[in-house]
Formats: sequence, structure tokens, C-alpha cells
Amino acid sequence: MSLTIPADSAAPQKNWLEKLGAGHIILAVVLVLYPLVASDFFLTQIGGYSLIFGMLGLSLMLLAGYGGMVSLAQITVAGIAAYAIAILGNNNSNILGFGWPWWLAVPFAVLTAALASALIGWISVRTEGIYTIMITLAIATATYYFAQQNYAIFNGHSGYAGIRAPAFWGVNWRDPRPFYYLCLGLAVLSYAAVLYGSRSTFGMTLQAIRDNPRRMRALGYHVTAHKVFAWLLAGVIAGLAGVLLVWFNGRVSPGTIGVDAAIDVLIIAVIGGLRHPIGPFLGAVVVVLMQTFAIDIVGAERFNTLIGMVFLVIVFVSPDGILGLWGRIKPQFAQESLRSGS
Amino acid sequence: MTGRQAWGLFWLLVAAVIAWLVFAVWPDWLNAILISKKAFVSAILNGITLAGLYFLVASGFTLIFGLMRNVNLAHGSLYLLGAYIGYEVTSRTGYWLLGVFAGFVVLALVGVVMQVFVFRRLEGDDLRQTLVSIGISIVAADLMLAVWAGGTYQITTPEWLDGALTLPVITAVRSNGASVFLTYPLYRVVVLAAAIVIGVGLWLMLNKTRVGMMIRAGVDDRAMLSASGVNVHAVFAIVFAVGAGLAGFAGVVGGSALSVAPGEDVRYLLASLVVVIVGGMGSITGAAIGALLIGLAEQIGLVYFPTYGIVLTFVIMVVTLAVRPQGIMGKAR
Repeated sequence: MSLTIPADSAAPQKNWLEKLGAGHIILAVVLVLYPLVASDFFLTQIGGYSLIFGMLGLSLMLLAGYGGMVSLAQITVAGIAAYAIAILGNNNSNILGFGWPWWLAVPFAVLTAALASALIGWISVRTEGIYTIMITLAIATATYYFAQQNYAIFNGHSGYAGIRAPAFWGVNWRDPRPFYYLCLGLAVLSYAAVLYGSRSTFGMTLQAIRDNPRRMRALGYHVTAHKVFAWLLAGVIAGLAGVLLVWFNGRVSPGTIGVDAAIDVLIIAVIGGLRHPIGPFLGAVVVVLMQTFAIDIVGAERFNTLIGMVFLVIVFVSPDGILGLWGRIKPQFAQESLRSGS
Repeated sequence: MTGRQAWGLFWLLVAAVIAWLVFAVWPDWLNAILISKKAFVSAILNGITLAGLYFLVASGFTLIFGLMRNVNLAHGSLYLLGAYIGYEVTSRTGYWLLGVFAGFVVLALVGVVMQVFVFRRLEGDDLRQTLVSIGISIVAADLMLAVWAGGTYQITTPEWLDGALTLPVITAVRSNGASVFLTYPLYRVVVLAAAIVIGVGLWLMLNKTRVGMMIRAGVDDRAMLSASGVNVHAVFAIVFAVGAGLAGFAGVVGGSALSVAPGEDVRYLLASLVVVIVGGMGSITGAAIGALLIGLAEQIGLVYFPTYGIVLTFVIMVVTLAVRPQGIMGKAR
């Protein structure tokens, strides 16, 4: 895998505004003001949905970009959080639904997802590269079939419906605008955490392990533990995305965690680019826009062909996705963004 | 007694127990535990014949990976396309064997085209090959949906394959003392026989022929093989053709035993993945062992704990990985 990232040059001390960078500030302003111009449809179906899938892509980017572990099980982790919300909170499927308040159910769901992610990581870290992809795909598919066949916990094929986002602080978080800001807030939080984490000691160690696990092992680092911890962190992000996803859809079923969805997450991360945490969000916007509007371009049926083709072209032309393409078009900008970003 | 002898004794005992389970007339208490002898023996037979089908799909997958380090995640799509082509040819000409032949040949050609136009350009780049093959499988699934719609097809098998075989296995004894023998569909036995023949053929090809020698050399050191004057690209194309052709062949054969429908591509991709993860990458023997384990687990699971059958498969995979990360017959990397 050739996902090397140039090392940070020793930057002089900057104030926090400079540290943030002009790009981030402009982006933040645009995203915060977006609801002023966007209709409800664009706010949730495009905005919120892109942010949720961006977070899923981000959890994959964290594993693949920094850890060199390409996972196809991120949607599975998100699905576990989503199912946990459905089971612990309220649903109208007349099965389980313990009615826990959101402030208890959400942390529990995210924790469950993170632990599940760590478990998946623990199973798959003994393998490398291509093997990780295959094993996580096998895990994702097995979970999908299991959810479909199990009626006691997963309510089989129909899953759970009638799950509502909570209303607190006098805000109904299900309404388009609050929901958008909720997604935005959590996405920014995850994004900042990944960016910060990538420069921390742990992040640096993880990247060093990606580049040369043998040397790191020789230096005395516990390679497996670092990788499993990365899975745990990715699981937290994917779990949060899963909670948002179940609130967004109002339902969760085996289809939510199917192979198509698993591959969608990979497509999003790869189309966007795995070099920088912003990549998955870019990819999510592109893919969600395509999924929504491809129907108008190629008719209602064949939009998967279009998405697959775009994916193929991008993988063929630029291994680093849109970020890589952008880097080719504007070499100077790319240098700058890599320096400020990695 | 040495450890080796102890294991030998253990396996002998296991074999004796299985032989007794299959051939003896069961006492009532055993029938009470394992539902019925008929269900048990049928599950075992179904498992073994399903393993034959899984082996056909997975052997192509592992062959392609073994030589080219090329994970073709569109392998399930090759299976499904083969099945559809087999259906079309069989239903139009009325000759099932022609359908099987077409499934193999067309998919072998598709395989060569994929190798030459796609994977050759991405040689040595694992991640991109994987991603591209995923992209191909998405497009292929969508296009197949466009052509054959979402319905379920059944490839009709010829009459000479339709009968049932009476096996020398007594399932029960009637009150008048007459024994009831187990009957089993002939077709599934033929599938198993075909899998065994092809498996042995592949093994012979890999281990006893010149092409096989080149392929094995390519697995170990591709650059050296190329340096010794072998046209590596031609070898790659042949391997890809055989692997893809086997997937198409399995598609027609499997589509005759079960059915052809969208979604089968993912099912057989998963089966191939698990089989080669368990059996070990690039090993034909491993694929056979893995297919046997997974096929048996799936069918026995289906009879005795229907909900958790898929979990049993999964547990086998995890246990294998925990003990031998490279798979049962895989070489340590």
C-alpha cells in the first residue's frame, strides 16, 4: 500500500487562527451558513446524509490512511450502534425496545460499537493488506446474514422501525435544521479529533507501524495493541455515525448493513481520498449527490452503473481520489494542503 | 505412544464413529437427539455436495490469487454471469451440456479480457486491483439486473440427471422388518463427482505438468520466472481464463442445482472468501478442505440450528485465523 504522508516540517509557533488555516475557516463558515440557503431536502438528504457517510468514511480513512488497514466492516460497526439504539431505546416493532433515555442509550450504543470494532480489529490485525479487506468483508457479510436470520435480537429481515431522534433542551433534533447541525457538530468533532490524533504520539506511532511494522516491533512497540486501539477509535466514530444514521432513517434493517452499504463506504473514502481526513467528506458529498441525481441523468434504474463507472475511472486515473486529482491540477495548492493537513 | 500415533488413533476413532453413524441403524435415543437419521445423513451429504460447488468457485478464486496476487472481488459476478449464460443457452438450445460448456468458455474469455485490459495495468498494486474489481462487480451486478431483471431462474437439467440414487444407507426399519434405504438426488452426486474430477485435474496440472511448474514458480518468484524466458503474461492470462472459466462452470452447475437470482454473486463471493481464508490462499488442497468444512458447517447448521448456521461458518473462520493466520494449507508469509 502506498499511502505515505510527508512528515510535518517543523513549523514555527502560530496562533490558533493561523493553525486552523484559511481553508478550514472558510469551510466552517460555509457549512454553518448552509441552512440559510438550503431547502429541507438539501439540508437532510444531501447535507446530513453526506456528513453521516463522511463520518463513516472518516473512520475507514483513520484505519486505512494512518494504519494501512482497509476495512469493509465500518458499516457493520455503525449498524451495531444503530441496532443498539433501536433495542435500548424505543421502536414500534413490538420487539425489545427497553425505552432507555437517549443519554444512556447513545453512550452505550457507541461503546458497544467501539468494542465490536476492536474485536473485528483484533481478529483481522494478524493479517495484512489484501487479507484484511477479505476478512472484514467476510465479517461484514456474515453479520448481514446473521442479522437477517436472527429474530430474537435483530428482528430478522424487517429489522426495527419507528426510531425517533430525541427532543431535549426544547429542540426536536429530528427537524431538518437541528438534525443538520447535530450531524455537522459530530462530524466536525470527529474530523478535528482525527486530525489532532494523527499528530499525537499515538497517531505518529500508528503511521510508523503502517510504514514499517517490523521495525516498530523491533523498537519495542506493541504493534497489535496500537492497531486494535486504532480500530477502537475508528469504532467510536463509526458508532456515532451509526446513531445518526438510525435517527436519520428512523429504522434499521439488515439492508442497512448489507454488502452494498459496506462497499459504498469504501467507495466514498476512496473517491474522496485517503490521505487527509477531509477526503471522505468530499467523497461523501460526491457520492450522495450522484446517488440522488444520477436517477435524473441515466434513468431510475441504472444509477449503480454510473456510480461504479465513476468509481472505476477515479481509481484508474488517480489512486488518491479527488484529493489526488486536485493535487495534480493544482500542485502548489496540494503541497500546501498536505503540509497543513497531515 | 508418540503424539503422531495418538493423533492417528484419534482420527481412526472419529472415522469409526462417522462410519457407524452412517451405516448402523440408529437406536431411538440417538434419533431423539439428532432429529432423525435421515435428516442427519442428508445434511452430511448436502454439505459434501455443496462443498463440491464451493470448491469449484473457490478454486478459481484461489488460483487467480495464488499466481497473480490479484484478489478479484468480482469473482462472484463471474459465477452469476456464468449461471445466466448457462440459463440462456440451455433454454434456447435445449442442451444442458452445451450450456455448461458455454458457461465455461464465455467466462474464460471474459476473464482473459479482464486480465489483459484491467488487471495487467495494475500489476503489483493490491489495493487498486481490489478496488477496481469491486467497481467491476458493482457495474456487473447492475447490468445483469438490467438484462435479466430481478426474477429467479432455474436451469433445467436433462432427464438422465434427474433421478434419485438409492444409497446403501438404512434410514429406518419398518415394523414388518423391511429396511428403508436413503435416496439422494443423482444430480448433486454428479456435481460432487465433477468437482472431484476437476480438483484432481487441477492438482495434476499444477504439480505434474510444465504449465503447472511455471505457475508454481510464478507464485514463488515472478521476476525470476520472467527472467528465465517464460512469457509471464501468457501464463497469467491462462490462469485467469481457467479461474474465471471455473467460476462460470460452477455458475451453470450451481444454477441447475439451486437457482439463479441477483444476490447470488455476493453469496458465492463470501463463500469463496471464507473457503480460501480457512483453507489457505493459493492452495488447491486448501480450497478443498475449506470448502468441505464450510459446506458441512452450513448444511449441518441449517438442520440443527437454522439461525446460527452462518455464525458457525464464521466461528470456523475465526478459529482458523487464531490458530493459523495463513489458513490450514497456506504457506507462512
